[in-house]
Amino acid sequence: MSNTPPTPDNELPDRHYLNATYGSGLRTWLLTTDHKRIALLYLCTVTVFFFIGGVFATMIRIHLLTPGGTLVSPETYNKLFTMHGVAMIFFFLIPSIPAVLGNFLIPMMIGAKDLAFPKINLLSWYIYVIGGCFVLYSFGTGGLDTGWTFYTPLSSVYSNSAVTPAVIGIFINGFSSILTGLNFIVTIHTMRAPGMTWFRLPLFVWAHYATSMVMILGTPVVAITLLLAGLERMFHLGFFNPALGGDPILFQHLFWFYSHPAVYIMVLPAMGVVSEIIPTFARKPIFGYSFIAGSSIAIAVIGFLVWAHHMFVTGQSTYAALTFSFLSYLVAIPSAVKVFNWTSTLYKGSISWDPPMIYALGFIGLFVIGGLTGLFLACLGLDIHVHDTYFVVAHFHYIMVGGAVMGYVGGLHFWWPKITGRLYPEALARAAAVVLFIGFNLTFFPQFILGYLGMPRRYHTYPPEFQVLNVLSSAGASILALGYLLPMIYFAWSMRYGKVAGPNPWPATGLEWKTASPPPTENFEVTPEVTWEPYDYNNRPDLGLSAGAPSPAPAHGDD
Amino acid sequence: MHRTGELYGHFETLEQQKESATLGMWIFLVTEVLFFGGLFMTYTINRRAFSTAFGIGSNTLDITLGAGNTVVLIMSSLTMAMAVWSAQVGKKKLVSVFLIATLALGTVFLGVKAIEYKQKYDHHLIPGHGFDMRYRSAHPTASDDLNELAREKKEVETAIKSDPDINYHGQLYFSLYFGMTGLHALHMIVGAGLLIWLIKGSFAGRYTPQYNTPVEIVGLYWHFVDIVWIYLFPLLYLIDRHH
Amino acid sequence: MSEHIVSPKVYAVIFLALMAGTGVTVWAAFQNFGQLNIVIALAIATIKATLVVLYFMHARYSPKRTQLVIVCSIFWLAIMLALTLSDYTTRTQRESRLASPAIFYRA
Repeated sequence: MSNTPPTPDNELPDRHYLNATYGSGLRTWLLTTDHKRIALLYLCTVTVFFFIGGVFATMIRIHLLTPGGTLVSPETYNKLFTMHGVAMIFFFLIPSIPAVLGNFLIPMMIGAKDLAFPKINLLSWYIYVIGGCFVLYSFGTGGLDTGWTFYTPLSSVYSNSAVTPAVIGIFINGFSSILTGLNFIVTIHTMRAPGMTWFRLPLFVWAHYATSMVMILGTPVVAITLLLAGLERMFHLGFFNPALGGDPILFQHLFWFYSHPAVYIMVLPAMGVVSEIIPTFARKPIFGYSFIAGSSIAIAVIGFLVWAHHMFVTGQSTYAALTFSFLSYLVAIPSAVKVFNWTSTLYKGSISWDPPMIYALGFIGLFVIGGLTGLFLACLGLDIHVHDTYFVVAHFHYIMVGGAVMGYVGGLHFWWPKITGRLYPEALARAAAVVLFIGFNLTFFPQFILGYLGMPRRYHTYPPEFQVLNVLSSAGASILALGYLLPMIYFAWSMRYGKVAGPNPWPATGLEWKTASPPPTENFEVTPEVTWEPYDYNNRPDLGLSAGAPSPAPAHGDD
Repeated sequence: MHRTGELYGHFETLEQQKESATLGMWIFLVTEVLFFGGLFMTYTINRRAFSTAFGIGSNTLDITLGAGNTVVLIMSSLTMAMAVWSAQVGKKKLVSVFLIATLALGTVFLGVKAIEYKQKYDHHLIPGHGFDMRYRSAHPTASDDLNELAREKKEVETAIKSDPDINYHGQLYFSLYFGMTGLHALHMIVGAGLLIWLIKGSFAGRYTPQYNTPVEIVGLYWHFVDIVWIYLFPLLYLIDRHH
Repeated sequence: MSEHIVSPKVYAVIFLALMAGTGVTVWAAFQNFGQLNIVIALAIATIKATLVVLYFMHARYSPKRTQLVIVCSIFWLAIMLALTLSDYTTRTQRESRLASPAIFYRA
């Protein structure tokens, strides 16, 4: 019995999760337990924080147009980069793909009606909002100037900015992350449809399982660390304050124990998105499925063993530095495995240049650059030269923006038809992807050079000989901003005027594409029974994809 | 509202629901291990650095109260496990009895903790402005054993010779003492709240051999809190006791 | 439902073992074993914790998945402790100077 209802392809289905009539108005959204609606709640709030972080980034880049730095005072500049980091990392990057795409898709991908704990899912959104309010309060009442890393004793003793509410906000937000991870792990273990064995799961699900492991194991440590730093600030305790016998390096160990794996929370889901997009638009099964699945777990595990590479120059012992440097090289291996598998999937595939594919291909290229420069930084001798310079800034923006954000935006483009039932204008979307790619590289590539030449990060001023590169970077940032604004505009446009997508516009394999677009509240009228392998692009006559069949032209939003 | 034997709509079977709840609680406990773990890490580094101050600090704690509390908490774990057993074999009245016993023992524990905290306050051992490790031996009260106080005074003076900053380092010990036992007590208060909720349900006869998941998973939480104390007791109370 | 019901007799035995462990811990604290005091204390605490996990928390009768979750939590705690200590225990004299708080207050 098919789960795809017999709706004509040019009409949205009659009932779906967006117009489900179990109440009306705001209450049905604010009290929903439907994972799809909660995903959209998250979409709104992470976008708000993305804007906030983006505003700070804009101010930074405008300020850095001139060496004298005339836009803001030095103290305000410290606040700008701190608040940019806090907003982007804790309130945008970490929740984005898991809480928006993961929440929406995981139950559908495994054939379940919802996550294991739907009420806890809603609770985690509220916790996110409350944490966000504390941080916004901090931003509004004096800001934050300690760097997003809250190093002590600046953050716990000497800073005159609103550290305490910010630390409380991030502490609270951590529980949102923990509950999401808990929900995903239990769901993936206990809620899979009959026949959905571990090795038939989409790689997106494997990626989120690995991400959830990191959320569960790492977030509590940063929670207790920030709690201790906050208590130190409030009650003048001495854990991390040398004047009272405390140890700032201990803070750094505890902080980075989470914050390094946190970057894998940001990038693993994006890799999961790429693993879904590439086979779809290469019309080929993914190469090396079990290696990609295993490498996700390997990244999650090894990622916990490398944190002190952030501390090479702060005072740890030489032997520890050597150990962490060696382990940091190891963590690159599973990432490389993924890149090789994706490119092998592309080889002899039937590539089609749809917007999601452009984002996915962009991810691969930019992630390679970001990842390789990470290896430069893992090398002790080289790190001493480039630590705390723009080289590091460029490295992590290549991964977090060129990697994670492109994965997020690409994923939104891939699943937008499923989420809303509409297509967006394809030519415009392709152009926006290219604009994003160009703007991104123009912004951040000069920063590699600046860092190597010695421009320190977190400085409000720089020597005049660095101006040309800084101006290039700021110019690139304006193009990058356009690359983000365009999708916001046409996504909004598409919700009203976009062409109706139908259940499977690309077409793609995967259980989520067997439902209507938008899906009904319960996802599946009948619990599916899975008897096929994932990514079986060679063997889907129902999609016109049996071996030897010419690939169908994918749906065009602007025909 | 969910009631006995009724499935939540998104689950297929009661078995799946129970499996999910139990796995969910175990994973939550993993996060608690890492949460307390950060404090244990801080404790480890500080004890290595300031073993003298930690020894002095630890000796100001009352072993009788600490060991007594350990016994009380382990007993409460026994009664909690018996509550789960009672539900599993269908002895509904016993479920309430054992849950109430667990709550009572937990309350005793918290009461003793409050007494200990008050003692610290009286002896100027709360980190902050008035902190002074020499205060108690310099200000005997009627109920103090003068010989013991004299010994304590001598200990502190010997310690100051090897660690002139004993008041700073002692404050680190007590910050960790209050932080770790305070966080533990907070978890026990939450546990007490959960027990009250369970007791209400047990009076209504909700927990049967077919459906006793809430008792089981609150039990898991309670046992975890017991395990944290099993480590806290020797690490905080039993440092350098053999002098 | 197919679950293993642990009998009260087992609980009673474990309880007595935990009481004994508590007693031994307190006794051992008053003996001078030098460096071994902390090792003994932690070892006894770990045995007690293991008994609670295995029997009171039913880990012995739980699916392998639960046992893996428990092992992972201990393993990750061990990673944090071991790798952080790998820094502190390998510092040379030059690297490990801890400033006395008093120097921050000299006039």
